[in-house]
Amino acid sequence: MTFVGWSQIVILLTLVTLGSLVLGKYMAAVFTNKPTVLAPIVGPLERSINRLAGVSLDGQSWQAYALAMLAFNAVGFVVLYGLMRLQGILPLNPQGFAAVSEALSFNTAMSFVTNTNWQAYAGESTMSHFVQMAGFTVHNFLSAATGIALAVAFTRAFARSSASTIGNFWDDLVKSTLYVLLPLSIIVALAYMALGIPQTLQGSVVATTLEGVQQTISFGPIASQEAIKQLGTNGGGFLNANSAHPFENPSAWSNYLSIFAMLVVSGAMPFMFGNMVGDKRQGRALFITMGIFIVVGTGLVYWAETAGNPIIQALGVDPSLGNMEGKELRFGQAMSALFVVATTGLSCGAVNAMHSSLTPLGGLVPLFMIQLGEVLPGGVGSGLYGILVIAVLTVFIAGLMVGRTPDYLGKKIEAKEMKLAMLALLILPLVILGFSAVSAMLPAALSSLANAGPHGLTEILYAYSSAAGNNGSAFAGLNANTDWYNVTLGISMFLGRFAYIVPMLAIAGSLAAKTKVPASSGSFPTHGTMFIALLTGVILILGGLQYFPSLALSPIVEHFQMLGGQTF
Amino acid sequence: MTHETTAPALFNGAILFQAIKDALAKLNPKTLARNPVIFVTEVVAALVTAFWLRDLFGQTGTAWFSGQIAAWLWFTVLFANFAEAVAEGRGKAQAEALRRTRTDTMAKRLIIPESNDRVFSMVSASKLYPGDLVLVETGDVIPADGEIVEGIASVNESAITGESAPVIRESGGDRSAVTGGTTVLSDLIKVKITAAPGNTFIDRMIALVEGAERKKTPNELALSILLAGLTLIFLIAVVTLWGLAGYSGTTLSITVLVALLVTLIPTTIGGLLSAIGIAGMDRLIRFNVIATSGRAVEAAGDVDTLLLDKTGTITYGNRLATAFIPVSGVTEKQLAEAILMASLSDETPEGRSIVALCKGSHGLVEPGMAGKNSEIIAFSASTRISGIDFATRKIRKGAVDAILKYAGLDAKNAPSEFMQTVERISRTGGTPLGVAENGTLLGVIHLKDVVKPDIKERFNALRAMGIRTVMVTGDNPITAATIASEAGVDDFIAEATPEDKLAYIREEQKSGRMIAMCGDGTNDAPALAQADVGVAMQSGTQAAREAGNMVDLDSNPTKLIEIVEIGKQLLMTRGSLTTFSIANDVAKYFAIIPALFVATYPQLNALNVMHLASPQSAILSAIIFNALIIIALIPLALKGISYRPVGASALLRRNLLIYGLGGLVVPFIGIKAIDLIVASLHLA
Repeated sequence: MTFVGWSQIVILLTLVTLGSLVLGKYMAAVFTNKPTVLAPIVGPLERSINRLAGVSLDGQSWQAYALAMLAFNAVGFVVLYGLMRLQGILPLNPQGFAAVSEALSFNTAMSFVTNTNWQAYAGESTMSHFVQMAGFTVHNFLSAATGIALAVAFTRAFARSSASTIGNFWDDLVKSTLYVLLPLSIIVALAYMALGIPQTLQGSVVATTLEGVQQTISFGPIASQEAIKQLGTNGGGFLNANSAHPFENPSAWSNYLSIFAMLVVSGAMPFMFGNMVGDKRQGRALFITMGIFIVVGTGLVYWAETAGNPIIQALGVDPSLGNMEGKELRFGQAMSALFVVATTGLSCGAVNAMHSSLTPLGGLVPLFMIQLGEVLPGGVGSGLYGILVIAVLTVFIAGLMVGRTPDYLGKKIEAKEMKLAMLALLILPLVILGFSAVSAMLPAALSSLANAGPHGLTEILYAYSSAAGNNGSAFAGLNANTDWYNVTLGISMFLGRFAYIVPMLAIAGSLAAKTKVPASSGSFPTHGTMFIALLTGVILILGGLQYFPSLALSPIVEHFQMLGGQTF
Repeated sequence: MTHETTAPALFNGAILFQAIKDALAKLNPKTLARNPVIFVTEVVAALVTAFWLRDLFGQTGTAWFSGQIAAWLWFTVLFANFAEAVAEGRGKAQAEALRRTRTDTMAKRLIIPESNDRVFSMVSASKLYPGDLVLVETGDVIPADGEIVEGIASVNESAITGESAPVIRESGGDRSAVTGGTTVLSDLIKVKITAAPGNTFIDRMIALVEGAERKKTPNELALSILLAGLTLIFLIAVVTLWGLAGYSGTTLSITVLVALLVTLIPTTIGGLLSAIGIAGMDRLIRFNVIATSGRAVEAAGDVDTLLLDKTGTITYGNRLATAFIPVSGVTEKQLAEAILMASLSDETPEGRSIVALCKGSHGLVEPGMAGKNSEIIAFSASTRISGIDFATRKIRKGAVDAILKYAGLDAKNAPSEFMQTVERISRTGGTPLGVAENGTLLGVIHLKDVVKPDIKERFNALRAMGIRTVMVTGDNPITAATIASEAGVDDFIAEATPEDKLAYIREEQKSGRMIAMCGDGTNDAPALAQADVGVAMQSGTQAAREAGNMVDLDSNPTKLIEIVEIGKQLLMTRGSLTTFSIANDVAKYFAIIPALFVATYPQLNALNVMHLASPQSAILSAIIFNALIIIALIPLALKGISYRPVGASALLRRNLLIYGLGGLVVPFIGIKAIDLIVASLHLA
């Protein structure tokens, strides 16, 4: 670890914090219909879209909200699936790719609808520009906008008192896209182009190398997709190597911008929450909790990677280099570590280093960050509602310890909310551990593994964690483009997203209907260090207790084996 | 704490024996199904027992191990049952004591209720129905709950209150309710029966203390859901572990997986949850308060606002003399002497307080009256003055205008100094009494409603707990404000009518607050019913007792504060033990996970931070610790964790430190200690 490395981490995270603060305040204004800078420009556009769509913008009950959200995503799924299946006859296909297989289309459509962007294919050799632009880029916006809308709806449940509605899905969706994602994407895409990321409709160029060999180099409209890929915590790259590819992430500067862009919207969500519920300290506490995990996680990965692998060092490699396998020299260990932790804490899933090549402990951190839930800081929107569900649980236990029926922001947490919160929290372990356990025993699934020993098990666990956590990053080493993985990972993504959202919206409906109880010194304050410590502890202990046995069998044992000098 | 009846010893022999029997009876899966965590434990205990039998007859060589695991799993279930049984047993012992008072009495049922003739027939109390009129005479036991329709009597209610001093019950007004099982000490009353047989106050009390009507309270339900959810999560983690272990070629036996599951699921809090609830009710009962439901006890912990009647709760209820203010030219001592003489025969509480002040603050001694030729002028409603006449001295004290009239003055020509004093006292809510001797004004006695000495500290403590206190009084706003500021309440309702009370409660509830109040009169009934916690006084009317959700047998309104504390303590005990239970799991993982996989991955022994002797002893020690901790925590569950009226943050910090951090550390020590014993006894 170096001073320069840590300075980069600290400066970048400080900038993210400042950006989040500003954006959070702006978003709160957008969703409470207050005047904003963009209103004069975007307002007319918004009104004409709403007129054209012809939907009612009246407040919806949680059921109506959920139904609208599900219907919208169902249509999106079908369209995306159709686009891939019909790719061969659709325009903008300079490389002449054929239709995508059924299993892969299912998996990929689910992946983009759920904001996972798990890619069981190599983009440049599978998908046409049309599918990338009309399919993936559109869904990069819509899945992120859906997440933001849901988070706003959940926030309203705390902001309102004795209310029967939690907002209007269509209204929230349009606002998220027009006021937040689109303007930010334009700025970031222009910046990316300035930093040298290609933006063209050409499919590829043919270059003659120094050896005189002809090489086909794929590119396309990368900058625009790259911008929303990071901002919407989608993570699905245009090219297979994702953000490690020089066309997606050419320099240290584009790497800084990528990390900033992926963190800033999710980082803004808790501040938006604080502004909307009328107590900024509440949002700050959530942000700090998220930040603690990012900082500690980054520190761990950075330390593990610079410490390197004693087996390789024994072979005579300079130990001061640490472990550089799978990393890009232009980013270095510090910025790779931060990228790794941010992308997994976020459920973004973009990668600028190969996670499979991390040291065992370095690989444990991103895996565990995903398993802890989409909360640190989680995907855009999903991170906020994710951490709020855990906060509800935390407040319940804390509230009991101070001798009151627990309440969070004046909303009493009772049996109904507990039931729904537990239902939501059950999904992740059920999907991750369930499918992993079956895959670990199934010969057809095991044949996809590239590595023997505990590392192979890590590959399986990582795949299902990434899918269920709607992360989308791959550990690499696992051939996921098989029917078994395409289907089960598709189901994992579906459950990880929607089986969490529906109970979460039900909690929102139930909380919105409750009367807001004014805080007294008898109620436990949810904005101080005490709450932050407790929330951190609950996230860590709850996650740790669920996944410790499985992790002990994968990265943890691998770590001790590495220390013991065992190879496979 | 004012009047706490002695608690039965935590573990007295008879209760203990009965509890062991009950614990076995509770193994019935039908009853256990109410408690998901312990039910799961029982199911897997049965499963492991089956495997043990297989091992025993199949000669697999592991029967000794699986047999011990099975035995400790059953102990875990039994210990949880035992905790509940002990809690119930304590209630049952109290119910038994109550039941002894409920002997079958014979009642004198009036045959012709309308007539004044007291013609009655003797019928068994169990044959009395609501509407019947009975005659109760000196020495009779009142056969059933009812209202006095005629007469007045002193009644010994010690059977239910434990208080031996008799109380007066009379027809009409707020003291007309009588309770079956109490005894009339004097006079004769006609009582209209209001409760059907088997549904009298004592019957309901017995049912409540026995826990026969026990339903899960809302908060208990929410916690049960959390525990059930955690159980499911751990079930997933353990079942899938079988497959994940299979990847590396480890075959885990069902026995060790079950051991892992049971140590992880929150058996500690799961086993103690119902005992905590029962013990909470029990603490109230020992405090002579009967709650009609566990829900009410829980609600008490949540109370945001306390509505307290001024009289009797905040103040002593009688106006007491606090100062003598002489007019100029008269010394305070002269005034006090005059007052003492004028008040010697005044037997009213005010009069006695005046005498007490003369003797106390002014150090006067009672002059011998016998030798002096004196005539006492008694107080009358028309003159509103009293006093004493000696040969040469005529001393009078009384209402200011009456004294002025006696002195031949009126408010205009009275000395301005005197009138200013009078005005100042009135303004601050006190009552001035004028004193005159031989037609000359001597000074003023300051009577006021005296606030109980320690009440201000108690309100401060309540405020620290986040509870607002509101004083309710019939006084005018000025008087009310004075007393309110003196007592340190947060708000007051002056010139309050029962409707005002009800409106105030509704208003507070509309903004999401929970309200507690006390009441005893029939006109309090609507407010008692509306309040989230309505404590009716046992001395109150039947209507009030029906409307409230608690009855205070001592009729002491100050107890509301303790009731709130007991409610909070109940929730805190639940929360703290839940935290403890979950925190325990960390150590158990460090015991069991290396033990499970060390054969396949010897490197995982690095996680065996406790250096447990062998994989088998590690698993056995964890499961033994898991069972014993339930027994170890029973006293805490029954007693409740200690409560101090401090703010929420301080409370949380303290409980988190003790039960969260303690929950992390204690099992590391406990499991290691048990492992040492297990290893030295060669149990594994």
